Amino acid sequence: MHIPDGFIDLQTSAIFAGAAAVCVGVSLKGARKELDDKSAPLAGLTAVFIFAVQMLNFPVGAGTSGHLLGGALAAVLVGPWAATLALTVVLLMQGFLFADGGLSAIGLNVFNMGVIGVWVGYGVYLIVKRVLPKRKASIALAGAIGGLISVPAAALGFVIQFALGGNATFSLTSVFTAMIGTHIVIGIGEALITGLTISAIMASRSDLVHGWKSNESKLLIKES
Amino acid sequence: MSIKKDYKFYLVFFAAALVLAAVFSFYASSSPDGLEKVAGDIGFAESAKDHANSDFALADYGVAGIENERFSVGIAGAIGVVATGAAASVLFLALRRKKIE
Repeated sequence: MHIPDGFIDLQTSAIFAGAAAVCVGVSLKGARKELDDKSAPLAGLTAVFIFAVQMLNFPVGAGTSGHLLGGALAAVLVGPWAATLALTVVLLMQGFLFADGGLSAIGLNVFNMGVIGVWVGYGVYLIVKRVLPKRKASIALAGAIGGLISVPAAALGFVIQFALGGNATFSLTSVFTAMIGTHIVIGIGEALITGLTISAIMASRSDLVHGWKSNESKLLIKES
Repeated sequence: MSIKKDYKFYLVFFAAALVLAAVFSFYASSSPDGLEKVAGDIGFAESAKDHANSDFALADYGVAGIENERFSVGIAGAIGVVATGAAASVLFLALRRKKIE
């Protein structure tokens, strides 16, 4: 999913770099309100975990692989603002240290994975959570479905960028069909990893999970 | 929840990420990912340019000069985990709301 240099022209890349920068700026403000002594370390660890799991490409059918994007996972664990920032840190590390994702394409990649992936994943999670019973298992299930949808949504971001500024000219319909089709399958892997990770953390430290805290926060009196 | 319990949890979470990046990464699929596959199938893969940092010592998740693939990707993964952890910690600890004493 990491766009290399050259796929998208510089003008379009610059527009998305600007849009991504605005989103990161807004997220810095939002995260400042949300993060406290307990959630700040969790946000850092979420970035670390996403970096690690993004290295673990899993096979999806013949000669294709996919990896976790992590937007929905991060949003459920630490809230959407900190999630965008966590993904941005990961993408900067990958782009600069590991030559994964073009440097001119960083804005495109942050926009697709750090903004679209996070907010679509989080939005779907909130909707699904609303219809499920208020139980711990619902958080993991809603997060998994958020993850499932977030991957083709991020792929759609690429299709839009390709339509606006693709350096090669190919039928948009075929790019759209291939990108969405492939990434729905990758989304299943995203859903599994997201659901399992949230379950594991809910089982041990549900008090740290953003998506669960927002249920409980009115009832809990913080000790410390 | 005690501070001690918090640190234990953070440590376990970090260790899990480190093991995934340093050990399990070797077993990751090396097939092209979704975007690369689509680019190849449709035909715009050639429009990709070489990465500006493609000669960098850690490019493509390997350490330049280490022949053994398992060590090369494992060490690169461990470096990535530590570097991401350092950058993210600085950012998020700076952003956190200070407790009102």
